[in-house]
Amino acid sequence: MNIYVLMKRTFDTEEKIVIEDGRIEEEGAEFIINPYDEYAIEEAIQLRDEHGGEVTVVTIGNEEAEKQLRTALAMGADKAVLINTEDDLEESDQYSTTKILEAFFEDKEYDLILAGNVAIDNASGQVGPRLAERLGIPYVTTITDITIDGESVHIERDVEGDVEKVDTSLPLLVTCQQGLNEPRYPSLPGIMKAKKKPLEELEIDDLDLDEDDVEPKTKTLDVFLPPEREAGKILEGEIDDQVKELVSLLRSEAKVI
Amino acid sequence: MGKKILVFGEVRDGALRNVSFEAVAAARKISEDGEIVAALFGDGNLEELGNEMIYYGADRAVVVQHENLKNYTSEGYAQAAMAVIEDENPDGLIMGHTAAGKDLTPKLASRLESGLISDATDIEVDGDHVVFTRPIYSGKAFEKKMITEGLLFATIRPNNIAPLDRDDSRSGEVAVKDVDIKDLRTVIKDVIRKTTDGVDLSEAKVIVAGGRGVKSAEGFEPLEELAEVLGGAVGASRGACDAGYCDYSLQIGQTGKVVTPDLYIACGISGAIQHLAGMSNSKVIVAINKDPEANIFNVADYGIVGDLFDVVPKLTEEIKKLKENA
Repeated sequence: MNIYVLMKRTFDTEEKIVIEDGRIEEEGAEFIINPYDEYAIEEAIQLRDEHGGEVTVVTIGNEEAEKQLRTALAMGADKAVLINTEDDLEESDQYSTTKILEAFFEDKEYDLILAGNVAIDNASGQVGPRLAERLGIPYVTTITDITIDGESVHIERDVEGDVEKVDTSLPLLVTCQQGLNEPRYPSLPGIMKAKKKPLEELEIDDLDLDEDDVEPKTKTLDVFLPPEREAGKILEGEIDDQVKELVSLLRSEAKVI
Repeated sequence: MGKKILVFGEVRDGALRNVSFEAVAAARKISEDGEIVAALFGDGNLEELGNEMIYYGADRAVVVQHENLKNYTSEGYAQAAMAVIEDENPDGLIMGHTAAGKDLTPKLASRLESGLISDATDIEVDGDHVVFTRPIYSGKAFEKKMITEGLLFATIRPNNIAPLDRDDSRSGEVAVKDVDIKDLRTVIKDVIRKTTDGVDLSEAKVIVAGGRGVKSAEGFEPLEELAEVLGGAVGASRGACDAGYCDYSLQIGQTGKVVTPDLYIACGISGAIQHLAGMSNSKVIVAINKDPEANIFNVADYGIVGDLFDVVPKLTEEIKKLKENA
């Protein structure tokens, strides 16, 4: 099976956000593989081990993303591709990303494409479904279980807490939800091997695209932080009295019950 | 100039989800004095629900009824949606940022080669521009965006844009559109309901959430009782999910769900940054924790320093009393 994983490099979840000159300051921040993409990488490796084939992890970004691609290779992916847009794209959105990926997949043979169901930074969750639509293949989002039997695919997906059982077929794109698996940590031999695994670097020019082709269809006007929440009132006294006071405050002051 | 905005409502268990009415209100803002057309998809008789969309502010409604629309599938709903879009040729399209909204709208945007703003929490009209506000980094920051090409296309986060008042003196046409929904490559074999009485975390007005301090799966019982008297839903921190006390579908945080209820009661939750990202935009936050130094107290409107197993049942009793006397 030819398996591809769409990966994004994101801020670590424990990072605070700092805004400088209307942009999010990246200097000094820790970066990780988007946690939902880790589930996709892990599942891809498990499916390859079961059915044979190859796992290729693809990312769009700058040179910095090489680190996360090497981590994916160390986990067990076979190949990595960095589509470096640093010199070409000032702004991009989900349309741009999809357009680039569509061009990338044009000459590829793929059975299964996995992605995270959402990235924890921009959190639009658009790219997976957008890409499947361009490639003309079915997609299933927020999956928590997948079984492949020949061309048939049986999936369980999380729908706002309920479980939906879905039958579909390859070729297919899925986006991964928490609960799908427990992503492995790269082993030391894995890390050593990863250094020798192929990591291809492309630019949009190599995909026969120019800047105009990938011009975004949305524009960001401003980025700002929410007003800081102030610490409120810590109640005092006997617990029974505190509970009574809390109920009274929620009713008369906050007016939420 | 007035714009024609299409709104996709959502039906769950035979009733419209509240976010459908919020979407009409959002559409009204964008549309100004233009027309709002509500569209509903499903397998039953949806005409009465079409009227309900009109009571909440739509000018008319189109319903597509087909046995293959019984369960949501991206392909089935996209066929219905595209048929309505081609008929109506709208300037904009609004839907809730729900499981179906997240799944369907990118497919449509891709087909239409349109921009799409996902998960908007606010909409402003500034002259000719429609500006959408949306959270990024799970609410650690926000961005203002506009669409530069395509439809004024957005999904809105439940609980953030107030619906218009229901007015059953409003009337409008409810048209039934025939669309043959076919060639579906994905089939729903079964749906296993795990959520209790339909209170979904993202739409819940009240959330009672537990963290590591809950100590076990059984430890969630008093939280469930409190949620029940408040008509709310139960959520959890990553710590509680990782420890196996509850299902991952309950997780609130930067990984997990981002919620904005009117009331969030955090029980035995320390308040890691990743959790705060998912809930700190709640309107009112109550923290109950044994540790007076817990970070959660820094974002809470009201705090009780104490053992949740002592405090929570007492709180449930007190609210029960209040409801009985009301």
